[in-house]
Amino acid sequence: MSWSDKEPMISVRNVHKSFGDFEVLKGVSFDVMKGEVICIIGPSGSGKSTLIRCINALNDINEGSILVEGQEVNDPKLNKLELRKKVGMVFQQYNLFPHKTALENVMMAPIRVLKEDKKEVEARARALIKKVRLEGKENAYPGELSGGQQQRVAIARSLAMKPDVMLFDEVTAALDPETVGEVLITIKELAEEGMTCILVTHEMGFAREVADQVYFTDKGLIVEHGAPETFFENAKDPRTKQFLSQIL
Amino acid sequence: MTQPPLSQPPSGKKTDMAVMLPFKQKSYERFRIELKPWHGVLLAMVCFFTTTYGYATTGPEVDSILTVMLRWIPLLLKGFLFNILISVLSMAVGTAVGTMLGLAQISLIGPVRHSSWFVTQFFRNAPWLVLLFFAMYLLPFEFNIGGITIPFPDWVKAIIGLSLPVMANVSEVVRGAVLSLPSGQWEAAESLAYTRRQTLWLIILPQCVKRMLPPWMNLYSILTMATVLAFIVGVPEVMTLTGRALAAEGERTDLLAPFYSFVLFLFFIYCYPIARWTVYLESKFAVKN
Repeated sequence: MSWSDKEPMISVRNVHKSFGDFEVLKGVSFDVMKGEVICIIGPSGSGKSTLIRCINALNDINEGSILVEGQEVNDPKLNKLELRKKVGMVFQQYNLFPHKTALENVMMAPIRVLKEDKKEVEARARALIKKVRLEGKENAYPGELSGGQQQRVAIARSLAMKPDVMLFDEVTAALDPETVGEVLITIKELAEEGMTCILVTHEMGFAREVADQVYFTDKGLIVEHGAPETFFENAKDPRTKQFLSQIL
Repeated sequence: MTQPPLSQPPSGKKTDMAVMLPFKQKSYERFRIELKPWHGVLLAMVCFFTTTYGYATTGPEVDSILTVMLRWIPLLLKGFLFNILISVLSMAVGTAVGTMLGLAQISLIGPVRHSSWFVTQFFRNAPWLVLLFFAMYLLPFEFNIGGITIPFPDWVKAIIGLSLPVMANVSEVVRGAVLSLPSGQWEAAESLAYTRRQTLWLIILPQCVKRMLPPWMNLYSILTMATVLAFIVGVPEVMTLTGRALAAEGERTDLLAPFYSFVLFLFFIYCYPIARWTVYLESKFAVKN
C-alpha cells in the first residue's frame, strides 16, 4: 500500500487471460506512470479491450499481476469497490442509465457510492457537464442525445468520481464520423490536464497526437511499443508495419 | 445498335432483381385475434335475447326472467366485487413474494438461486385449481400465535392459493426482465463502484418496471378470470352466488343461460379494458428503448 507517484501508477506483469480454451492474453506487461497517456492499438480480437477491462477487475485474470497504485488486482480478497473508485471507465456503447437525465447520471454515483453531499455533487456535476460542452443538456435523457453527446456525458459521469486513472475502451468506435471529433477533444483536454489515461483506440491520428506511449498488441501479446513519433515512423516489427500500412 | 442503359431493364418489368423491389412486410394482421368492443355488445345481446327467449317460453304463473334477474343483480354485483377483491389481494401478495423470488433466481449464491428456481418452476407448472385445493385443505382454519387466535377464513385461503401461481409467474417475469437488459448497464454500474444491491435497485429494476408492466397486467387478467375457481371451495364470489340464486329460484332451466351470460358479461367489461391497455402499453414501449 506504500505507493509513491515516482513508481508506476499501474504495473501490469505477465498477465494471462483465457475465455474457455481460448487464450486472449498470453503474457502482457507494461507500466503507466502518473499523468501518462497510453494508447493501445491492434487488430480486432488481439485482446486490447480484455486487457483494460482487467485493470478495473471487470474481467479477472488467470495468471500474472496487476498493481494499481500498489494494490494487487489479482487477489481474491481484493476490495473491488475501492479499486473502482480510483479507476474510471468509459465504454464503446456509452452505457448511460436511460431512466436518468444527463445530470442525474453524473450525480448518482458520487452521492450513492461515495456518500458525498448532494449540493456539492450537483455543483461539481454541472461544472463537469459544462467542461464536456453540454451546458443546457443537463435535463435531457440519454435517448434524446446524440451518440457523441451521450459519450461525453459518460466521460463526465466517470470523472465525477474523481478517479486517478481513466480507461477508454474504443469510445469512438460506435459514433458517427462527425461526432468523433467532439469526444476526442474532450479526452485530449483531459490528457493535457494531467489525467492518467489508458485508451484502446482505432483513431491513429489521435493516438499520435495525445499518446506518450503507443502499444501495439497482436494475438494476445504486446508486439511493439514506443513514443508515437518513432512508433508510427519507424515501426520495426513486420506485424506492426503490416497493420499500420492497412490503417494509414 | 444501341444497348439500353443498365438502369432500365429490357423487359417490361421495372426490375427483376428481388433486392431492388420495395421491401414489403408480410402482414399477419388478419391472423391476429383480438377482443373488440363489439364482442362485448355480442355478449350483452346474448344475455338479453336469452332472457327474452326464456320469457316467451315460460308460463305466466312464474316471475318473468327479467324480474328474477333484477332481483338478483345487486347480490351478483356484490359477489363480483368480491372476485375483484380476491384478484387484487392475490396479485399484491403474489407480486411482492414473486419479485423477491425472481431476484433470488438471479442471486450469486448458488443454493439461493437453485432453490428459488425450483420453487418457481414447481408453482408455475401446477394447475391453479390444484394449488387452490392445496391451500384450502393444508392451511388451518385459524392460527394460534402466543395465545392470540387469528382466524383464517376460506377467502383468505383462496387468496393464498391463487397468489402461489401468481408468485411463480411474477418471479419469471422479473427474472426475464432483468436478463433482458443489456449487460453494459451492469458493467457501467460495476465500473462506478456500485454494489450489486445498489445496481439492482437503483439501475436495473427501475428500467425493468416498464418491461414488466404488460406481462404483469396480462397475468392480472388471467388471475381475475381464475378467481371463479374459488367457487369450488365455497367462497361467496359471483359464481357461488349465481348457483345459490338459481337454487333459490327452484333450478329453473330457463334461467341458466341469462344468469351465466350476465356473469360472462361482468368479466368481459372488467377484463377487456385491461387487455386494451396492455396492448397500448406494449406498442408504446416497443418503440422507445
